Amino acid sequence: MTDRTTGTKSVDQVAVRSRRLRTALAALGMLPVLVLLAAGFQFINPRFLTGTNLLIVTQQSSINIVLAAGMTFVILTGGIDLSVGSILAASAMVAVLVSLVPDWGLLGVPAAILVGLGFGLINGLLVAYIRLPPFIVTLGSLTAVRGVARLLGQDTTVFNSDLPFDFIGNGSVLGIPWLVIIALSVVVLSWLVLKRTVLGTWIYAVGGNAEAARLTGIKVPLVLLFVYGVSGLLAGLGGAMSAARLYAANGLQLGQSYELDAIAAVILGGTSFVGGVGSIWGTLIGGLIIAVLSNGLILAGVSDIWQYIIKGLVIIVAVALDRYRLQAGART
Amino acid sequence: MSAAVRTPAARQPVLEMRHISKTFGAIRALQDVSLSVHAGELHALMGENGAGKSTLMKVLSGAYRPDPGGEILIDGAPAATGDPIKARAAGIAVIYQELSLAPNLTVAQNIFLGNEPRRFGVVDRDQCNRRAAEIVGRLGVSFSARALVSSLSLGERQLVEIARALSTNARIIVMDEPTTSLTSRETDRLFEVIATLKAQGIAIIYISHRMEEVYQLADRVSVLRDSGYVGTLDRADLNASRLVSMMVGRDLSAFYKKDHRPPDEKRAVALSVRGMSDGRLLKNCSFDLHHGEVLALAGLVGSGRTELARLIFGADKRSAGTMQLDGKPVTVGSPREALDAGIAYLTEDRKELGLFLDMSISDNISMGVLAGDARAGGFRDFTAADRRAAKAIADLSIRTGSAQANAGSLSGGNQQKVLLARLLETEPKVVILDEPTRGVDVGAKSEIYRLIDNLANKGIAILMISSELPEVIGVADRVLVMRDGAIAGEVTASEGEPLRQEAIMELATGASQR
Repeated sequence: MTDRTTGTKSVDQVAVRSRRLRTALAALGMLPVLVLLAAGFQFINPRFLTGTNLLIVTQQSSINIVLAAGMTFVILTGGIDLSVGSILAASAMVAVLVSLVPDWGLLGVPAAILVGLGFGLINGLLVAYIRLPPFIVTLGSLTAVRGVARLLGQDTTVFNSDLPFDFIGNGSVLGIPWLVIIALSVVVLSWLVLKRTVLGTWIYAVGGNAEAARLTGIKVPLVLLFVYGVSGLLAGLGGAMSAARLYAANGLQLGQSYELDAIAAVILGGTSFVGGVGSIWGTLIGGLIIAVLSNGLILAGVSDIWQYIIKGLVIIVAVALDRYRLQAGART
Repeated sequence: MSAAVRTPAARQPVLEMRHISKTFGAIRALQDVSLSVHAGELHALMGENGAGKSTLMKVLSGAYRPDPGGEILIDGAPAATGDPIKARAAGIAVIYQELSLAPNLTVAQNIFLGNEPRRFGVVDRDQCNRRAAEIVGRLGVSFSARALVSSLSLGERQLVEIARALSTNARIIVMDEPTTSLTSRETDRLFEVIATLKAQGIAIIYISHRMEEVYQLADRVSVLRDSGYVGTLDRADLNASRLVSMMVGRDLSAFYKKDHRPPDEKRAVALSVRGMSDGRLLKNCSFDLHHGEVLALAGLVGSGRTELARLIFGADKRSAGTMQLDGKPVTVGSPREALDAGIAYLTEDRKELGLFLDMSISDNISMGVLAGDARAGGFRDFTAADRRAAKAIADLSIRTGSAQANAGSLSGGNQQKVLLARLLETEPKVVILDEPTRGVDVGAKSEIYRLIDNLANKGIAILMISSELPEVIGVADRVLVMRDGAIAGEVTASEGEPLRQEAIMELATGASQR
């Protein structure tokens, strides 16, 4: 921390102004990167910025954005949830299996969400009350829940060509796909919780300084239980979305390494890995960057192998640039 | 600036900083400050928090580049600025408040960290140990160069930092509040080392808020205020009221304030603690705290004062003990339960255990009472928080541009006021203050004393932990002294005779028993 001069009013005002500018820049975050990427892909392939393609991009990013929203809650407390991909698979299995029950098929969606919530709460209980490190708890459930997902379908793919809630995956309202509407609603709701509620302030406090939060009278374990519950619940929702899109679910293949894309979106969005700093809008932009990259590279005719390499490098370079920018900002 | 350059013609200063200014954007952190230091001199640097001391030292260490026009001369020759590596090569070493040692390495490894003697491209461990032992020996200290740093006390770790400075042949050593977390024995040890360093011709720039230390050690004292240079006093001219008025630019006639009446026998007991133990350090601690009383908890560092406070507050688990609040038994199993019962605690470590540095001042102040701000659906009432923050900023004169500024942007004294504001929002009956003025500048100190006095006047019971005896004497009505996890005794003021420092020290050190 710098030894800041206080006392004269003009100095303070300047400080406030420069701080506001910095906050605005930080809020803007990775948006310039997203715009640059889009412009670049448009230059390479003019089909990129067409209405149809943009709908495809947002649709493809929607499930990741839902997972990343939950991941934002967890990472804001300084934790991590590696199990979301597996939970998504298990929930999708449940969604399809329940959808096969005659007349009650629509219940597949709430069932998937409840299953996700249940797994999330188990993670949360272990982290909050048994005080195990989040990385280890969710690494364990990453494996165990994957097993549960395979068990649910006796290790086969389950289908339902007559899925009662297939509109979620393939329908749209006024031209906007339901997947996109759901993802945006999740982002807006997350924003409301994080920035407008008491609980949201507690989440930032626990991530910023857990021991200070405890000494301030905040029930830290309840806050942790909540964030892992939310992450699980949203992974469950993601499972329902995924099942609705595919009319099928496979316990082995579905959701593999989805947790990594979700984490990447959160990190690209500027949320601090140690907790306490970050925003859901950043996560939204991070998720869109990942989707734009995948889609744009395909349109540019880049091979699958090189897509992986380029995506990885972009994540590293973008975050490095972000660090550099924030440090430079802190100096003025 | 002429006052700074009072160089005896015969001696050339080893270090001269001339016309140093530093601006960050439009903020002036330093304005035309000059400072000269001689070999073998201890030059104290004083000033309130935010006066510019740390910035000046960061310019010296190369962490900041001064604005054009400022220069640093070493042995009369201009030195490079804004380059930490060149500054270290020129013989400048800074020992920071937050120690920067690797606890799982040995003393020798820490001393040569990043600068290891090598042979055939690998670290020459023998030479490393031998040279470290030599340097450690030069300081005349008791620990071995092969000891793990994690096994050393805080005071010893500081000596390792000094040894590290010596290993790079430092000739100018900056010590930033070196005694803040030391026991009095460790402080004496450090002072002996300082004397040794001075005898070896090393110049020391010593930043401290503690007047007694400066009296004891300084050859000259320079004072900064509001980013500018105020003046330099020679040892012969040192005088408390002059120093204080140089620092704050105003007279502090009523520094300590004790207007509330000492409790008479009729005053009700607020908190009664019986047989508190934690199964580790604390043994059977019992005492009564009255309404409207300031009870100081004195004792050496490590005597168990903070541990006792945390036990009362429910922050740690107790193994035995009961408490009564206003005559009714209370069980406190967590900080939440303590706050609900009306017991509040101000931590001694505001950055690690108190503040949310990345959150706004407003959020920090309201954090303890947020549950009461929830409206339907758990949504926050932000106007309530803003109102609270505005009131606290005015009442406690917290110096900030905006209630939405991050708590991390405040100076130490203002951060402490934010924590006090948060504590007061919980409307406590019993307040435990753990080192309430640690690392706080003179102006904020007197404001905190006034606040404590006001609280006592309102009938709030106050338990104050403090390592500064003048503060204990000046603020408290009664003193409990702890030693080795137990309450060693009580010191009270009797008719016409104030609290005596000697009585407290005898109890704290166990001297009275020998």
